[in-house]
Amino acid sequence: MDSRPTGYQPRMDADITLTVDGRSRDLTVDTRTTLLDALRERLGIVSPKKGCDHGQCGSCTVLLDGRRHLTCLALAVSFDGAEIVTSDGLADDGLHPVHEAFLEHDGYQCGYCTPGQVCSAVGVIDEAKQGHPSHVTDDLESDIALDDDEIRERMSGNLCRCGAYAGILAAVREAAQA
Amino acid sequence: MRAFDYVRPGDAQEAVRTVAGNPRARFLAGGTNLVDHLKLGVAAPEVLVDVSRLPMDRIEEYDDDHGAGLRIGTNVRNSDLAAHPSVRARFPVITRALVAGASGQLRHQATTGGNLLQRTRCVYFQDVTTPCNKRDPGSGCSAIGGYGRYNAILGTSEACVTTHPSDLAVALAAVDATVVVLGVEGERRVPLRELHRLPGHHPERDTVLDPADLVTAVEVPWSEAARCSTYRKVRDRASYAFALVSVGAALTVQDGVVDDIRIAWGGIAHKPWRAERAEALLRGRELTEESISAAVEEELVDAQTDEETAYKPAMLRRTTAWTLLALAEGRTR
Repeated sequence: MDSRPTGYQPRMDADITLTVDGRSRDLTVDTRTTLLDALRERLGIVSPKKGCDHGQCGSCTVLLDGRRHLTCLALAVSFDGAEIVTSDGLADDGLHPVHEAFLEHDGYQCGYCTPGQVCSAVGVIDEAKQGHPSHVTDDLESDIALDDDEIRERMSGNLCRCGAYAGILAAVREAAQA
Repeated sequence: MRAFDYVRPGDAQEAVRTVAGNPRARFLAGGTNLVDHLKLGVAAPEVLVDVSRLPMDRIEEYDDDHGAGLRIGTNVRNSDLAAHPSVRARFPVITRALVAGASGQLRHQATTGGNLLQRTRCVYFQDVTTPCNKRDPGSGCSAIGGYGRYNAILGTSEACVTTHPSDLAVALAAVDATVVVLGVEGERRVPLRELHRLPGHHPERDTVLDPADLVTAVEVPWSEAARCSTYRKVRDRASYAFALVSVGAALTVQDGVVDDIRIAWGGIAHKPWRAERAEALLRGRELTEESISAAVEEELVDAQTDEETAYKPAMLRRTTAWTLLALAEGRTR
């Protein structure tokens, strides 16, 4: 433990429960542990990836309580009780339609960003169904049609350093129409 | 990351008391900025007081001594605020500002109060190996003469030339929002336009709030102008970037001349900049490219630019003109 000029000694461990991909998991975490590290290092769930670790790349995206969410800018202790679904978990009963579309349209190259892209795409499709507007939506009060501009804008939080964007765009377009 | 205690207070009063009792305690809400600062070493609190689960997450209409409008709980997530039917219909500037910021994931996480209290994205503030008066008072400002593309041009000081990064704050400044604050002495209201401060000799202070002051809600009064409002943001890329300049504006026109007008600028100062001089010049006038340019020029008479920020006045002038002329035609995009 580090020392401080004030001599303050924090209690560092916290007991939390996370439900990940349908399974309840109890664990004790150092309060500094991010949700991403708790999943990967403590629970061995390596589907969410550590890319930038600063909320800039989206590769750690999961669905948390049903919505897409970064796990790197999140302290595990703050998410005690959360229900998390990773890209792996989406495939519990065979591949998810978004997985199928990524395969069909070659929406990846190295695959590192793919679990985050997939979770984000699932979130995008759901948000559009709920009518949530985006930066490129003309009429804020209309229904949302996920055209290419909408998909590009809504997926902008997920970077792909291989540049597989054309395939990703096609995959999300197809999955959105399914 | 330095070790810290994590506590989850039972209510807002307990949260305020806890932070008031320890100068090294900090509120934690959505965490999208603070958790990054913990990693970078920009922040090293002893105690994190997690307010994210406190029941301040509703959007409701109010009609009381303070007027009538929409009260937004501090824990309302940016995505939920942007998508709320009343916000989309009556305050399009708020929705437009929110969806122009961050990413879909981050908007699900970031809260209303946290968005307003986020810290600057100045690269030197976030890099603990460089001097920065905001992070380390008295150490100097690396942005003066350094990488300055995002620097301020209005209200700067010798100590700090950075900008406030929030898009939402600019939108709220345009619609005259009020921030409801709970402090050790009780509740008080701070007009949003007075929440953020100019750097002066104390750039370490972003706002007029004390560390133990907890934003509990934001109140936005109904207005005709807010119905006809929008937000235009210019970025280095099409999405997921901070503003080079931005304009939040609200407008009513009667008989061909401006009746009510509010113009707020982002990306150019340490606070959302309400262009009151420009507004005064345009009230009662016809909106044209020329009248708007003249008004913007007047607002910018005290602007200070250098090589890095020389592009900003012209960009601001054109963006303001585009935004107001679009609103006058009934377009918000």
